[in-house]
Amino acid sequence: MMALILALLFWIAAWGCNIWLANSRWRGTRAVRIIVPVLFGITLLVLWEGIVRGLGVSQVILPAPSLVAQTFATSLDILWTDFVQTVVKGAFRGFAIGAIAAVLCAIAIDRSAFLTRGLLPIGNFLAALPIVGVAPIMVNWFGFDWQSKAAVVVVMVFFPILVNTVQGLKASDTMQRDLMRTYAASYFQTLLKLRLPAAMPFIFNGLKIATTLALIGAIVAEYFGSPTRGMGFRISTAVGSLSIDLVWAEIAVAALVGTSAYGITAWIERKVTFWHPSHRN
Amino acid sequence: MRNFLPILAVLGGIVLLWYLAVAPMNIRVALDQAERAGAVIVPEGSVARRAVPALKLMIDNSDHVTAGYQLDRPRLPTPAQVGQEFWKTTGEMALNGRAWSKRSLIYHAWITLQSTLWGFALGTTIGILGAVAIVYSRVADMSLMPWAIISQTIPIVALAPMIIVVSSQLGVDGRGFPKAIISAYLCFFPVLVGMVKGLRAPETSQLDLLKTYDANGWQSFFKLRLPASLPFLFTSLKVGVAAALVGTIVGELPTGAISGLGARILIGDQFGTPLAIWSALFAAAILAGLLVTLLDLLQRIALGRMGAPS
Repeated sequence: MMALILALLFWIAAWGCNIWLANSRWRGTRAVRIIVPVLFGITLLVLWEGIVRGLGVSQVILPAPSLVAQTFATSLDILWTDFVQTVVKGAFRGFAIGAIAAVLCAIAIDRSAFLTRGLLPIGNFLAALPIVGVAPIMVNWFGFDWQSKAAVVVVMVFFPILVNTVQGLKASDTMQRDLMRTYAASYFQTLLKLRLPAAMPFIFNGLKIATTLALIGAIVAEYFGSPTRGMGFRISTAVGSLSIDLVWAEIAVAALVGTSAYGITAWIERKVTFWHPSHRN
Repeated sequence: MRNFLPILAVLGGIVLLWYLAVAPMNIRVALDQAERAGAVIVPEGSVARRAVPALKLMIDNSDHVTAGYQLDRPRLPTPAQVGQEFWKTTGEMALNGRAWSKRSLIYHAWITLQSTLWGFALGTTIGILGAVAIVYSRVADMSLMPWAIISQTIPIVALAPMIIVVSSQLGVDGRGFPKAIISAYLCFFPVLVGMVKGLRAPETSQLDLLKTYDANGWQSFFKLRLPASLPFLFTSLKVGVAAALVGTIVGELPTGAISGLGARILIGDQFGTPLAIWSALFAAAILAGLLVTLLDLLQRIALGRMGAPS
């Protein structure tokens, strides 16, 4: 009970601190902008720990964060092999193939206004579908190893990136294209120097959506058959043997990977589209 | 309607490509079956054929290419086969009065739809409440918004088996509940982001006007901010309902569910019946299309009554 009360006290104190920070005169500074959400996250962890300890929740239902951290530290080698199998081999390769294919496809389609008009609604529709369902088909076609996972990821990331790129290629306005024409620029010069850079905010929007989808695809595909490693494999077997702390360690890895993949994409976006109004301050 | 012809052309192209792909995908299975039935195949034996590219097999055994279009368990079924299977498990069963049989896709679609709608309702409520909190409280804005974004970068499927374990330990009956949680998790984010944008859409001058009318917080919320946010709300609801359906099906896939479209895909995989997988995928696509169209219709009606140009 003591732990629960302490956790609640910490929560109230942190909340008060956040309110004070958010209304203080430093509220616009970078440090406060980082501290407030971090404090909020820590509060959630402390509450979780407090509830688990205070109410004596069984480890089989919900392990405390401290236990998860311990498991994380002691099974680093397992987590690393799973990370390599699922993220590096499956998700990343599929993401790269899918993204390159989608951008090339979009450039090809863009040359025909007729195709663009036909493909945009269909692509938009397909992007909203539960495409993860193709996972068992891909495992059937490409076998148990990472190739089938990469194939699922390719199909999942293809349409969001395609649709966004096609829209982005239309983003440069007539005035700018006319200027390129007065420079006697060829199609490829216009594409490389004007239209692709102008499409970058759209392409990165698609890429950011696709980073999460890639992880989901790679993990789900492992539920349908995989070699004896991989995050999806580990999660389903660990749930079966009730080692829930290992499952949470895998979830922590997935969260870290997902967040940092998004962060890296956003960072590259800022470097590439530094000219865009949303990044100028 | 201007887009009708291009869409039709692209769809036709997809179907054509599909039919072309069926022959090389199925040639090996077709040849194996023909050989077992006594036909002479070059080269002999399915092991020897594994090293030969599919196109060469098709040229050498051109008599058996058409057999690939009529397999019972094809690697890639033709659109016609999928259509037949789909009709057999929906329309035909409905005509025979067995629409709610456990073999009917209508029944499974209904199970999936229920969880999707529960998840959608839950996710939308959380999204709207979160947006109101974020718009009205600076602390909530600073502390919640980054975590809302981070929450979406965590692959929820990793959590799916966990949510099922926890909810069954807590004594929550039925498989609908964990699925609804997963779909709410995927669905709340687009609604939250859209509503934050929408509730902040009114301009300062409009808010000032309400202040000169001596309107209190409730009045300015219900008479200005909420109506102003409706276009944003409907757009994000359309994204949200599609996400909710994805969530439900993802929730059914890894968890050994026995009913629902995701479960049909799972069972089709376990029993090696690709036609069942494909027709369940089609049912999911149709369900997504119906849900989005329905919301689109609601949007047109609601915004039309608010006087938006149609």
